[in-house]
Amino acid sequence: MKITRKEFLRLTGLSLLAGGAMQVVRAIGQGGTAARAAASQPVRLGMVIDLSKCREKDGCNECIHACNTTHNIPQIANRAHEVKWIWTEPFGTVFPSAQTGYAEQSYTKVQVPLMCNHCAEPPCTRVCPTRATWKRDDGIVMMDWHRCIGCRYCIAACPYGSRSFNWQDPRPAIASINPDFPTRTKGIVEKCNFCEERLARGMKPACVEACPQGVFTFGNLADPESEPRDLLRSRFALQREPELGTGPSVYYLM
Amino acid sequence: MRDRVWIFIGLAVFVAAFTAPFWHVHAKTSARQPDLVLPANQKECVAPASTMRDAHMQMLLNWREDVVRRGDRRYVAFDGKVYEKSLTHTCLGCHSKAAFCDRCHEYSGVSGPYCWNCHSDPQATVTRSRP
Ligand code: HEC
Ligand code: HEC
Ligand code: HEC
Repeated sequence: MKITRKEFLRLTGLSLLAGGAMQVVRAIGQGGTAARAAASQPVRLGMVIDLSKCREKDGCNECIHACNTTHNIPQIANRAHEVKWIWTEPFGTVFPSAQTGYAEQSYTKVQVPLMCNHCAEPPCTRVCPTRATWKRDDGIVMMDWHRCIGCRYCIAACPYGSRSFNWQDPRPAIASINPDFPTRTKGIVEKCNFCEERLARGMKPACVEACPQGVFTFGNLADPESEPRDLLRSRFALQREPELGTGPSVYYLM
Repeated sequence: MRDRVWIFIGLAVFVAAFTAPFWHVHAKTSARQPDLVLPANQKECVAPASTMRDAHMQMLLNWREDVVRRGDRRYVAFDGKVYEKSLTHTCLGCHSKAAFCDRCHEYSGVSGPYCWNCHSDPQATVTRSRP
């Protein structure tokens, strides 16, 4: 078929128009869903940890124990190889700038439970070359263990030491394997997932449930009526190194 | 011309000897199917058996993406039944890893999927776990 230049230009113009119309139709269609999404509450899951309650039961490790059994976390004696989702460190190490210098206060010696902060601006997800870690819409910094290639960029990026690398096969170091959650393998990074798999079944995170003191309050930080927001309104709270701009979703009540 | 008979006999012997390995293998193995133990108290899989045979690997990868990356754990099967998208709970809830999955993979020469490095076989972990 022969086609004149004029016809060619006319056809091109028409198809461009048609393409543009499609875009408009689609945008209108999506505008509806976007509006609906905005109307439904935004979600930012977070945790408030009440150190005054935690202090009352010094040496208690129920939360750590619960997490370990729920997620098949290996117990490795060598600290260089250890794997941890929730762990403790002394107050002074966690909040160095919250000390007065004459600190011999009741709280400075206390062990502070630590976990992934599920940051609003997570540095770890930015550096992951395979998108094995990303921030979900509900704020959980999630990991896809199937995609992790063990490059450990995320470990380097995390300012909180929340990520562990499996330097050795974890299975022999797990006393009793819980078949409900897969283990990991040598060469994979792992960290706290806010018990995403339990939330999906309508349960609370394992540490929240296990704590005999009710130290942990888990909920939606974006909802002003939520339990954690209630606590944050009435009590003085600290985040770990908020000056880094990561926006941690884990808060500590003094 | 007098050698024709010998030439043909020689050829026949050669052909027989040359193809012997194929006949041998054919006679021995071609008819044997993998001895798969099917679930005793179940009739249907999560999809028709032929689909499963062809596409269970793809289905598992889809499930994996759905659960981990999209938070979607519900699978509605072709017969309307609802399953959890889980390798350990759903597949191994009906099938035996050793007597079903492994047997067919060995038979088909599929290098055992590495999934089991992380995902548990409930039957194996029961015997493994210490109190
Ligand atoms: C490095 C460890 C690892 C390997 C290897 C692995 N998985 Fe997973 N898999 C996980 C973890 C961890 C989860 C998350 C479970 C959750 O969130 O409930 C998961 C979740 C899944 C799920 C959804 C939930 C479930 O419990 O089944 C499927 C399906 C799945 N994986 C399939 C596979 C398949 C198929 C393979 C092999 C091709 C595989 N996985 C290999 C660690 C692994
Ligand atoms: C409710 C029980 C049940 C569940 C859950 C189940 N299966 Fe099946 N599966 C069966 C039964 C029963 C058959 C035999 C069906 C038939 O022969 O018509 C079968 C057949 C199969 C076959 C074909 C075997 C052959 O004869 O070649 C494969 C492959 C398979 N299943 C894989 C899987 C995988 C992978 C999963 C998890 C995604 C799964 N099954 C989950 C019950 C189940
Ligand atoms: C009837 C035979 C058969 C049975 C039964 C069977 N498989 Fe397979 N499976 C295969 C074949 C063949 C392949 C390889 C397909 C390919 O490479 O394209 C495969 C591949 C896979 C893969 C992908 C492996 C990879 O490295 O990509 C997974 C995962 C898998 N099977 C899981 C299972 C599970 C789980 C079961 C038991 C519930 C099972 N299979 C039962 C024949 C079977």
